[in-house]
Amino acid sequence: MAKAPCQEHPQKVLGWAAVDKSGTLSPFHFSRRENGDDDVTVKIQYCGVCHSDLHLAKNDWGFTNYPVVPGHEIVGAVTKVGSNVNKFKVGDRVGVGVIVDSCRSCECCQQDLENYCPQVIFTYNSHSKDGSKTYGGYSDFIVVDQRFVLRFPEGLPSDAGAPLLCAGITVYSPMKYYGMTEPGKHLGVAGLGGLGHIAVKLGKAFGLKVTVISSSPRKEAEAIQRLGADSFLVTSDLVKMKAAFGTMDYIIDTVSAVHPLAPLISLLKLNGKLVTVGLPDKPLELPIFPLVLGRKLVGGSDVGGMKETQEMLDFCAMHNIAADIELIRMEEINTAMERLAKSDVKYRFVIDVGNSLPSRY
Amino acid sequence: MASRMAKSPEQEHPVKAFGWAARDSSGHLSPFKFSRRATGEKDVTFKVLYCGICHSDLHSIKNEWGGAMYPLVPGHEIVGVVTEVGPKVTKFKVGDKVGVGCLVGSCHSCESCANDLENYCPKTIFTYNSKCHDGTMTYGGYSDIMVADEHFVVAIPDSLPLDGVAPLLCAGITVYSPLKHYGLDKPGLHLGVVGLGGLGHMAVKFAKAMGLKVTIISTSPSKKQEAVERLGADSFLVSHDQEQMQSAMGTMDGIIDTVSAVHPLLPLLALVKNDGKLVMVGAPDKPLELPAFPLLMGRKVVGGSLIGGLKETQEMINFASKHNITSDIEVVQMDYVNTAMERLAKADVRYRFVIDIGNSLKSAA
Repeated sequence: MAKAPCQEHPQKVLGWAAVDKSGTLSPFHFSRRENGDDDVTVKIQYCGVCHSDLHLAKNDWGFTNYPVVPGHEIVGAVTKVGSNVNKFKVGDRVGVGVIVDSCRSCECCQQDLENYCPQVIFTYNSHSKDGSKTYGGYSDFIVVDQRFVLRFPEGLPSDAGAPLLCAGITVYSPMKYYGMTEPGKHLGVAGLGGLGHIAVKLGKAFGLKVTVISSSPRKEAEAIQRLGADSFLVTSDLVKMKAAFGTMDYIIDTVSAVHPLAPLISLLKLNGKLVTVGLPDKPLELPIFPLVLGRKLVGGSDVGGMKETQEMLDFCAMHNIAADIELIRMEEINTAMERLAKSDVKYRFVIDVGNSLPSRY
Repeated sequence: MASRMAKSPEQEHPVKAFGWAARDSSGHLSPFKFSRRATGEKDVTFKVLYCGICHSDLHSIKNEWGGAMYPLVPGHEIVGVVTEVGPKVTKFKVGDKVGVGCLVGSCHSCESCANDLENYCPKTIFTYNSKCHDGTMTYGGYSDIMVADEHFVVAIPDSLPLDGVAPLLCAGITVYSPLKHYGLDKPGLHLGVVGLGGLGHMAVKFAKAMGLKVTIISTSPSKKQEAVERLGADSFLVSHDQEQMQSAMGTMDGIIDTVSAVHPLLPLLALVKNDGKLVMVGAPDKPLELPAFPLLMGRKVVGGSLIGGLKETQEMINFASKHNITSDIEVVQMDYVNTAMERLAKADVRYRFVIDIGNSLKSAA
């Protein structure tokens, strides 16, 4: 008989899980492995609420394996290290992001692209190498192989830095890969949420001109005055959109709902690049003529490898970049999820796990 | 005041010309008298010997993309022999073998033109169905003579047979340019080519000459033998054969997709490796479905490309000359053109019709 979640492993854990596609989260007792020779145990202080958490809690993508404990923007303190661990010691401030293991031997893994490994193991809703389920950061502690633990640099706050572990790397990686870092060039950021607001900050740090493209006019003042965007386009304002056609070198599209690509492609200059990092649950419509006529491209990107994630954290620490967050208690998570579904957050909820999840740990 | 009547095509310009034109969206072509400008100071005038039949010609005469201005003389894969050059022409002389492709004018001042990308200039003047600076229509190569600014004329080396080189001026550059731009031109890479027609067979030839492994992806199993034995493709996938497609998943560095009918992108995205590129050179007239997960999970890219600039077109001709590359053609007489168009609509040609203008376009006396 399959073991119950709380009996699978020797260490008892308290978390919050969704048990069906209502997506409602509630307290859930499960277990984690003992800290192995290569492992680091992290007592969780904060965990960001990523839109993927909401998608998976509600089985929007069709592959949720309930019960699911979400959370892959985890920051905490090291409480145990295995005998082979040389990168961390007890007391260190560390992060765990979207990935907790990979095959370690394929070409992707050898090139520090664990995120593209065909056998990648995600922080939650995946299966470990021993076949047991992985559970995420809406919990009191986590045990992770040292290769997949990140050092949190001095100067990066634990709470506001947590969302960098998914939102941050998700925009940083394609901005580097697709060459969106030449000072003076013009970047469009479609969608001003968890990912989008960090893309604006990174874009400014790279010396780019940044235009936010959004369906919500109410976000304009803040985008410009607080986030530092140079301009703001409302997608329903056809006159302004048309005036901006052919002006952008690249666009990061962070929108996770189905939306038209044609207007975004029109905003690009010749040779322009539209990179999509949102994951709508249905295919998007791609008009081919504009790609051909302007030698434009649409590309994708999915989080980032461990080396690049560390590089991103260090870059953010140096440039004082962290997320704009709303701190919540664990028991407020369901309300937060409802508000997230309506984009009613500036711009990431972060769960104060350390102070609100009663821990036996 | 009496209004000035627009001049007829025969009277617009001083030099008489004769060709075949479509008069309406039936696309039926028939003899047509018109005129061309006198050789200007930077112009090259040449006697047309051959003109390739591009699928765009068919789309245009039937007004499938809208914007057709009848009477429409198609043809933008034009080769011939120079008969006159203007006094400021430096690159050509009478008797030279030359070609003209899809473009006969651009603005010369925008960023695209400055970067030898006249094909992306917002004010390009196409070889046919466009308006010249003087407001007159451009007429293409299904005609006896051609006049073009030397900037838009390409030199054809003696080593290449004129009939086989004509299709390079559109089909050739349309696949050569993206192979270079998207980095799919390095020995050892694996290229997929979707669609084995005018463009597709040129892509195979160029890619093999560049040292790539080439797999053709086609709906027609009947094309396999020729593809492998004659064109030199390394392998052939029938796109509706799930097993074959599955076994080739994640094996290609890039794909050149020449198919202009609506078709699914998902199986093609599955064929490319991580960081792979799917390049569209055919342009379906309706949007295609783009599934986000496969694009993101492999950091893959879907890009487009449109013919090429003049500098690159000349480079491509020179490359073809060096590697003995010409198009596989079926030479037809001018009066066969309507039948050729019907066959082209059914993809019944290996792989380009070329009209023997020099020997079969006779002016109706």
